[in-house]
Amino acid sequence: MSKANTIQTTSTAGSAKMLRAMVGIGLICALLIVLTFEGTLPIIEKNKAEALEKAIFKVLPGTVTKKVFKLGENLVFSEITAEEKEAQLVYAGYDENGELVGIALEASGMGFADVLRILYGYDPEKQQVIGFYVLESKETPGLGDKIEKDPNFLANFEALDVSLKENQEAVQNTVKTVKNGEKENPWEVDGITGATISSRAIGDILGASTTEWVPLLYQNKEVFETVTKVEEKVQQ
Amino acid sequence: MSEKKGFWASLAEQPSTDEFIKGLWKDNPVFVQVLGMCPVLAVTNTAENALAMGLATAFVLLMSNVLVSSLRNFIPKQVRIASYILIIATFVTMTDYAIAAISVELHKSLGAFISLIVVNCLILSRAEAFASKNTIGKSILDALGMGIGFTFALLCLGAVRELLGNGSIFNVALFPDTFQEWIVMILPAGGFFTLAIWLLLFNYMKERRSAA
Repeated sequence: MSKANTIQTTSTAGSAKMLRAMVGIGLICALLIVLTFEGTLPIIEKNKAEALEKAIFKVLPGTVTKKVFKLGENLVFSEITAEEKEAQLVYAGYDENGELVGIALEASGMGFADVLRILYGYDPEKQQVIGFYVLESKETPGLGDKIEKDPNFLANFEALDVSLKENQEAVQNTVKTVKNGEKENPWEVDGITGATISSRAIGDILGASTTEWVPLLYQNKEVFETVTKVEEKVQQ
Repeated sequence: MSEKKGFWASLAEQPSTDEFIKGLWKDNPVFVQVLGMCPVLAVTNTAENALAMGLATAFVLLMSNVLVSSLRNFIPKQVRIASYILIIATFVTMTDYAIAAISVELHKSLGAFISLIVVNCLILSRAEAFASKNTIGKSILDALGMGIGFTFALLCLGAVRELLGNGSIFNVALFPDTFQEWIVMILPAGGFFTLAIWLLLFNYMKERRSAA
């Protein structure tokens, strides 16, 4: 492109031409984006729902069906059927005989890099956390992301004690992370060397969430248990 | 720039395979032109991420080259950069949705880097230096060559980093369990080390060839 040529095009190309080009390209681009968005939206939503479903079955071993509950007024849980957008939903899992396996719920908190979102399973019968899964994390690969993969760390959440005090209003011991190899009590999480902050964050998130939710879930144990039995009666 | 001299003459010619081959080796976008370093360093911690990122970039490059080339007489010079960015951003957004639809896991691991393809200077430089001056046929060949060259380069980095940092390639473990992973290779510093070694190798080979 010579200099003379550039100057010539500058003087001949009017504002109208520029406007036409930008608006034209803008319209084509907008159309393409809208078409792609509309085309992929159902698939993306299905994928996300599937990922959550898979996670629920992972944190509640032995589950075959699930039901969604929300916390209503008077601190009583009720089942919801339609896809409602609620701040906090809990997912109750049932085995083949319709017996309650446990309740899965989401919790989130600050990790090392960004907000961590986790899903954990609570068994009201044993009063323990029985499963754990990281839904979203941006922790450092190779170090912080061990919270997702390290088998020793994940073993912490197979039977983590969150039993209640006698008055059933608060947990006896708050879950917390201790240094690697120093776990002495069933409510302690054995940390990871090299992922100190990430593993401590998991302990804190679980501690905060269980302190708030476990008493409520326990008091509503019967609600979760009776839902399937009522259904069976209706079917008979 | 040899393109410049034969610009008018080349318009009359049929697209040649040279346009395709040059991106693979002679003008490889990463190892020779050293363009688009952000994704090269950031998302090559595993071979899978590198491949996905390379293919996503190649797709955006191809589509934007086609559109820029076909609209080259319609876009006034003053607004060309804005137009290119608009076109590139459109295809990046489409790719973003497509990847989220294909795999939630993959979308999670590529994170913000998909959106950052918009500012990958490789794509803008091909639009400005090639597609805006050449026919659609040649632009497609150029984009394919550069895209495959970029993907190849990312794979070179990703494979080495995953092998040393995790003992595997494409999640297939290659070393026995006793292998001690070099965590540093997965971290950002490993990206710089690996890139430096590949650049060293390429420049060594180039020098030896020109000496011969």
